[in-house]
Amino acid sequence: MTDRIAQSDVAQAAAPAADAELDCKGLLCPLPVYRTSQALSRLQAGQVLRVQCTDPGSLADFPALARQRGLTLVSAVERDGVQVFYLRKEAE
Amino acid sequence: MRQDARGGNGGGRRRLALVASKGTLDGAYPPLILAATAASLGWEVGIFFTFYGLDILHKKRHKKLKVAPLGNPAMPVSVPNLVGALPGMTAAATRMMKGWMKRANLPDIPQFLEIARESGVKLFACSTTMGVMRVQAKDLVPGADIAGATAFLDFAADADVSLFV
Repeated sequence: MTDRIAQSDVAQAAAPAADAELDCKGLLCPLPVYRTSQALSRLQAGQVLRVQCTDPGSLADFPALARQRGLTLVSAVERDGVQVFYLRKEAE
Repeated sequence: MRQDARGGNGGGRRRLALVASKGTLDGAYPPLILAATAASLGWEVGIFFTFYGLDILHKKRHKKLKVAPLGNPAMPVSVPNLVGALPGMTAAATRMMKGWMKRANLPDIPQFLEIARESGVKLFACSTTMGVMRVQAKDLVPGADIAGATAFLDFAADADVSLFV
């Protein structure tokens, strides 16, 4: 867990199983959020998307994306310059 | 204060209204990046392309937007104005900026417009600018809506965020 993500933004520490994967390494804003949004549209409510990013802005952007889209940011971890986010799509 | 996607203005989707008034390469990116991001958040987005900003919607001109080193103290490589005024310097600065964008894996302007269009962003083409600059409807990218300031303000009146870029 990186200290750049507020604990209150993250629902739980343990990473769940992911239903889909998205690799956004090497992409800068707005592409990680744009591609994540596209990937989420292909998921059902309750499913989890795992996203890997290297844009340092993602640490601020993914909690904001979760708030704006009504998603649950289940887990957010940064290791070796790669941020890994688990987002759960909720029912509309 | 934090609100969910259905918070804010009376239960509807959030709305972003942008005015894109600049026709330079560096001036074209910010409104398109903000629009693509807001659409990704599920917001309703409209951009009013006016004056030089209309070039962003121009099928031919938007491939040739430029950044000028003349009078631009923000160039990462310091370019004195006397040098920046020389023929070829604007082309060189433009090539440099396009190189940075490519290296950063960022889409170019036509690709960003396509992303905006596919994301449902409303593209308002300022009809006054079209008259002043002699731009025809057929010169604009598909999906551009020709409109006056009244139609844009009608859209912007219900916006949660409005920015002039």
